[in-house]
Amino acid sequence: MAGSSEFTGVDFYDVDALLSEEERAVRDTVRQWVDDALMPVIGDCYIEGRFPKQLIPGMAELGLFGANLPEEYGCAGLNNVAYGLIMQELERGDSGIRSFASVQGALVMYPIYAFGSEAQKQHWLPKLAAGQEIGCFGLTEPDYGSNPGGMITTARETADGWVLNGTKMWITNGSQATVSIIWAKTGDIDDPKSVRGFIVPTNTPGFTAKDQKGKLSLRASDTSELHLQDVHVPKDALLPNSGGMKSPLMCLTQARYGIAWGGVGAAMACYDEARRYAGNRIMFGKPIGATQIQQERLADMLTEITKGQLLALQLGRLKDQGKATPARVSLAKRNNVNMATEIAREARRLLGGNGILVEYHSMRHMANLESVYTYEGTHDMHSLILGQEITGLAAY
Amino acid sequence: MKIAICLRRVPDTTTKIVVGAGGTAIDETGVKFVPNPYDEYALEAAIALKDAAGAGETVVVALGGDAVQETLRTALAMGVDRAVHLQGTPSADGLANARVLADHLKDGGYDLVLFGKLAVDDYGQQVGAMVAELLGVPCATAITSLAVEGGRAKVTREVEGGVEAAECALPAVLTCDKGLNTPRLPSLKGIMAAKKKPLDIVPVTVPAGQVTVVSLALPPERAAGKILGEGAAAVPALVAALTSDAKVL
Amino acid sequence: MANVLAVLEQRNGALRKGAAELLAAARQLADQLGGSVDALVCGSGAVAGTESLGAHGADRVLTATDAAFAQYAPEAIVATVKGLGAYGAVLIAATATGKDLAPRLAAAMGAACGMDVTAVSAAGGAIRVVRPVYAGKAIQTLDLAGTPVVAVRPGAYAAVQAGKAGAVEAVTVPAFSARLMVTGITAPERASLDVAEARVVVAGGRGLGEPQHFALLEQLAAAFGGEAAVGASRAVVDAGWIGHGAQVGQTGKTVAPELYIAVGVSGAIQHLAGMRTAKVIVAINRDKDAPIFKVADYGIVGDLFEIVPALTEAVAKAKQ
Repeated sequence: MAGSSEFTGVDFYDVDALLSEEERAVRDTVRQWVDDALMPVIGDCYIEGRFPKQLIPGMAELGLFGANLPEEYGCAGLNNVAYGLIMQELERGDSGIRSFASVQGALVMYPIYAFGSEAQKQHWLPKLAAGQEIGCFGLTEPDYGSNPGGMITTARETADGWVLNGTKMWITNGSQATVSIIWAKTGDIDDPKSVRGFIVPTNTPGFTAKDQKGKLSLRASDTSELHLQDVHVPKDALLPNSGGMKSPLMCLTQARYGIAWGGVGAAMACYDEARRYAGNRIMFGKPIGATQIQQERLADMLTEITKGQLLALQLGRLKDQGKATPARVSLAKRNNVNMATEIAREARRLLGGNGILVEYHSMRHMANLESVYTYEGTHDMHSLILGQEITGLAAY
Repeated sequence: MKIAICLRRVPDTTTKIVVGAGGTAIDETGVKFVPNPYDEYALEAAIALKDAAGAGETVVVALGGDAVQETLRTALAMGVDRAVHLQGTPSADGLANARVLADHLKDGGYDLVLFGKLAVDDYGQQVGAMVAELLGVPCATAITSLAVEGGRAKVTREVEGGVEAAECALPAVLTCDKGLNTPRLPSLKGIMAAKKKPLDIVPVTVPAGQVTVVSLALPPERAAGKILGEGAAAVPALVAALTSDAKVL
Repeated sequence: MANVLAVLEQRNGALRKGAAELLAAARQLADQLGGSVDALVCGSGAVAGTESLGAHGADRVLTATDAAFAQYAPEAIVATVKGLGAYGAVLIAATATGKDLAPRLAAAMGAACGMDVTAVSAAGGAIRVVRPVYAGKAIQTLDLAGTPVVAVRPGAYAAVQAGKAGAVEAVTVPAFSARLMVTGITAPERASLDVAEARVVVAGGRGLGEPQHFALLEQLAAAFGGEAAVGASRAVVDAGWIGHGAQVGQTGKTVAPELYIAVGVSGAIQHLAGMRTAKVIVAINRDKDAPIFKVADYGIVGDLFEIVPALTEAVAKAKQ
């Protein structure tokens, strides 16, 4: 029942008092949903390498997709702090499920909202919010990850539209998506300014998606390769206000913002598990939580979580004022994901032998977070973004 | 259908209980308050009945201090149409509180007034049935199923060794138990819409009751366990301990 | 000086188990108040067990007879009690039915109501009750002024042999307005009680040896009379001895019953995670060093194949 979540959060500095009643209510609803719907199935899904797609209708009904987009398009119209809290709580469950929501909201609904025509917005956004259409974001390519501007997917204008050719890789939701946002070069292959975005339904002839096999991370998520072979789309497939790399990067900034909160969620899950275990696991006649080494581990975890929470919250407040610059988002994504990977690893260690079993969550988070460290701008790329911000010099 | 739901704000059930300075109530520092879980079955039943009827109104009512307004908004976020805050200090006496609620509800023209079967703080388990008695309407408590048809309610409730079926005419008061339904979570749109729904504040005076809280105390510490003996010969000692000491048999 | 009324519950013409225990509470309170105990029995005809009420402490046994009492008829009971005159307190057993009746009666009489109390006494002009609150995490003591209605938790008092007259007197059932129509009681479907909802859980582990030995635990559970469910450790669920729905522990269910009996369960941390907040934990294991004994309130070391049948018999007897 919608009563008590088993997970009661981590809040050492009373960050709750800095949230509005609505923000807390949003956080509480998602927290409860994760306990009721996701936690019972996530272990099996992770082991089997399967995204729990039966959860999509429930997520849509709660309003988790594109939650910070306006009500007129069927979205919840929340502020960015509330959006961040959703991502925090989803990732407390699993990074793969948060990835699904990030893609659907920040990488598919957002570009349509930011760069699309009114007709495109009216057509796609309500359906994506309702989970009736599932989207994916086609930017990254096999040879162009950190350098998306080097992409070689092309879009050539035809008499009645465009024809797209190319391959995209590491595309979350790809194999189950009904629609994709494809970024392609409309001009010279070396000219990143010619990159524009296209809405491509995945059942368009020539479009194929295939899951990438053998993942040891984000196993409860679909990660796919997309192949576009002479895919013809009509004129109105183009996102008219897209142009240059700035467009996809704006989308990434939205997603990275959510991930900064997500890192806090994963870290909270691991810390909470470690703390409880430390209290229950008896060795040499006393709980392992009574030993100095484990106490230091837990103290470090709590410190990093607290810092990360405050970082994410202030970033959210800045975003609501229109002041969340890409560099500010980079700092939070980089810090909060990195600290989460370390907390997950240390929690796994505290759990001892039990920590390698899927019935405990820390190692699943640990493995997932390696992907989160790498995608949406690798940790190192964000170091360089900040470096350029600080020095004015590009070191890519 | 016009349905009222009476709501209580209670400490979350995972709260670690600390007795406050006066020795009669809990220390509320750091305690998270939530809608009473049993009231959520009532809220869900009301929202679903009104949706099924296609017309009507659901009204959530809570007696308490201003903090109760946040709890009322959670109910609005679930989908209730409007809220009433009976602003006053609840009594330790359930009958005093029931008088205030009955007084407010009597002219509301409600087909149903729903409560949760009990509140998870005081476990009073009385206000709903008392309100029914004061209003002079039929009452069934701790219901686990409900069907409303043709101005009548058909319910079941669990009793020792079986399931008791009953029915009554509307208007009626029902208190709801676990198993009646699965309460919906407030959706994000619902949370945003709650702010715009009517929440009326009605100051009330709760009459002096007949109940005084003498003390609130933590139960005795769990004593270290003991091995009572070996083999079947130890069974009588175990049964005696379970009966007289632990009082669970 | 005030008298105490004990309103007894009957079903199908027989007093419900717990009548003697309720009378013990009433007797003790009446003695403190310097008064007598009246026991009220409402039935549609003769009610078996009425004749023993004197021996258990009733000075008078008031019998109210009406066709309505063939089923639970709350309005009729309330009218009958109101017609009896004043008492210092009215006691009811806090069964499902008793907890339904008590607040109705209190409101009808303008009385305070103490629900699910574990002790009731006279305290300087008030009736003092002790009761668990916050799901048993705390104990509350209340003073109820006036002439309260008190619902006494079953099992809180033990029956006494108190040799009172128990003189039977018929009382009238005044006119009443039947508002709730109880149409009957049916046995619950033979769906087994969910381990997470049962008041008592009997759980088995590897120590059982073979899957068919779960029958021993089913018998022990049955001895508790419908309020016990059978649970299991992960090892035996993985081995296919019992379905996953019975699994208690980290990847199974978390349960907090009043009584958890772990039979042949070693007590691995994953299992403990699922049951350590049970109110009372009993462990039966042949290994005196098994970790389960560290969390158990009571333990018996030895051969479960001897202990469990003996326990089953003793529980069945205690429940009679």
